[in-house]
Amino acid sequence: MHVSLVHYLTVAAVLFGLGLFTVMTRRNAVGILLGVELILNAAALNFVAFEHFVAGGVSGQVFTVFIIILAASEAAIALAIVLQVYRGFRSIFSDQLTDLKN
Amino acid sequence: MVLAALTLGSGGIVAFSQNIIYSTVALLGCFLGIAGLYVQLSADFLAAVQILVYVGGTLTLILFAVMLTSRIEDIRTSNTAMGRATAFGIVSVVLLLLGKVAAMTNWPAQDRPQMPATAKLGHAFLSEYLLPFEIGSIVLLGAMIGAVVLARRAVKRDWEKH
Repeated sequence: MHVSLVHYLTVAAVLFGLGLFTVMTRRNAVGILLGVELILNAAALNFVAFEHFVAGGVSGQVFTVFIIILAASEAAIALAIVLQVYRGFRSIFSDQLTDLKN
Repeated sequence: MVLAALTLGSGGIVAFSQNIIYSTVALLGCFLGIAGLYVQLSADFLAAVQILVYVGGTLTLILFAVMLTSRIEDIRTSNTAMGRATAFGIVSVVLLLLGKVAAMTNWPAQDRPQMPATAKLGHAFLSEYLLPFEIGSIVLLGAMIGAVVLARRAVKRDWEKH
């Protein structure tokens, strides 16, 4: 079977949909982070697919490297915040974290 | 084909599993599948980076956070879904829109032979994209220091003392 650009776009779109679904349905803050990772990976896959089939060169891969850099730093910061919130609230469910001050 | 199935199947487990640990481990399969797709798209360096950074770094970090924060005994109830029907509706609308755009647009796509891109990527990073590359390294350094400062245990609370 001949694999073309549309197939990669379909995979990335479905992955994006799954990530969106995860972000919207999860109450656990770490679960929401999992969904964000799925969305970022779908976007990166689209960049690489377009670069391979349409644009040529390496600019799409450069952008994907930046996506990976930002995803890594975002995960580190988000998990540090989650740990700190858990220490204060004993919970990381997004619907229970309603206090701004104690 | 197999790689796409691996990616989407693991993504489905991530989205629909009730147990957050199953979701996290399924994310491993998803990242591996995407690394395989990168190899097919002649982005070999990106595949290696994907495995190193995501599987080796991010996933381990997320697993640590899951183990540290979710109380293991009530882990099944820690994940109840809210508004699944609403979320499903919104996601289907978005997917329909994306599918319509992807199918209707006449992409000027052409098949290219697979070739290694690592050397070209390195040249691009050290010439054309030098400034963003350095800014990226500063962002990483800032994120690292910020994470350490945030996660540091400043005050011991009552329940932490025993």
